[in-house]
Amino acid sequence: MRALIELFFTFSKIGAFNFGGGYAILPLIEKEMVINNGWMTTHDFIDLVALSQVTPGPISINSATFIGYRLFGISGAAYGTLGLIFPAFFIVIFAATAIQKYRNSSWMNCAFLNLRPAVIGLITSATLSLGRTSIVDLRSVLIAGLTAVLVFKTKLHPVVIILISGAVGGVFYFG
Amino acid sequence: MRKLIKFFLVFLRIGAFTFGGGLAMLPLIEREIVDKNEWMTKEEFIDIIAVTQCMPGVIAANTAIYLGYHLFGFWGTVFGVLGAILPSFVIMMVAAEFFLTFRDSPVIQAVFMGIRPAIAVLIFSAAVRLSKVVDKTAYNIVIAVVSFALISFWGLHPIIVIVGAALLGILVKGRSENESAD
Repeated sequence: MRALIELFFTFSKIGAFNFGGGYAILPLIEKEMVINNGWMTTHDFIDLVALSQVTPGPISINSATFIGYRLFGISGAAYGTLGLIFPAFFIVIFAATAIQKYRNSSWMNCAFLNLRPAVIGLITSATLSLGRTSIVDLRSVLIAGLTAVLVFKTKLHPVVIILISGAVGGVFYFG
Repeated sequence: MRKLIKFFLVFLRIGAFTFGGGLAMLPLIEREIVDKNEWMTKEEFIDIIAVTQCMPGVIAANTAIYLGYHLFGFWGTVFGVLGAILPSFVIMMVAAEFFLTFRDSPVIQAVFMGIRPAIAVLIFSAAVRLSKVVDKTAYNIVIAVVSFALISFWGLHPIIVIVGAALLGILVKGRSENESAD
């Protein structure tokens, strides 16, 4: 039970500081799950991101559910996911009233816009740690290069790109 | 009650059919809330999105909480959030179960060896996309580079970096506004 509550509050912490949505949450999850608590390895972490990408729904919810489920089954999934959402109830309802009151105060307008450069830094650091553990030999360099071409030069959906890279991986590494 | 259930079902549908989450959900939410159910005007909706995007957390859940509170009070937030997260919750547990069962098979391992480098590149492309919509001022570039270095090379907690950047932003912006007022 104590472990479940710890999981709940760890995800609350992540949820409360997840500015910029989506990938901006990855360094937070890595710090708390891989580095601080040792609840998963970096490989698990990348596989989790891959699974989140090919299933519907926000990556943060997917991560909380996956990590909670892996650690403690269904109740872990519930505690992790509800923990992630928990701060938003207070923040959003409080903000709803505050913002209507201080509508014209310019610094209240969007703290997030000020944070965007920091979010770029956050996402880049996630790229570095994932790249360091996953791009390790010539074949993975080729796959990364192929992905870069598909991502930047075509309009293919990320799900399709992940399926292609998985197929190439199957051919490269199986047997 | 019927309206609450309808509200729940709207977010359930949104949660079940958007891949990649976040901003991809907004057009769907708008269609359901503004066009189909006419729960609010387009202007009201845009105002609300401007607010929820600034909040920390999951955009879909934040929008569900804000809209739910605005439309139906406390129970609106509960029904909206449960609708938004339930599909991911169920699908992800099934996916996790499959993954954990088959992860040791050589084929699945080979497939994931291929997927991992692709994920690193996909994430990097998100940083590139975001950098395109941010002004390339010296301040912004320094913040991005320093945030990256502090997390990657000095192992600083990302939360500290976020709070620091937010405080600095308020400080710098407040000062430049005072100057322009003089």
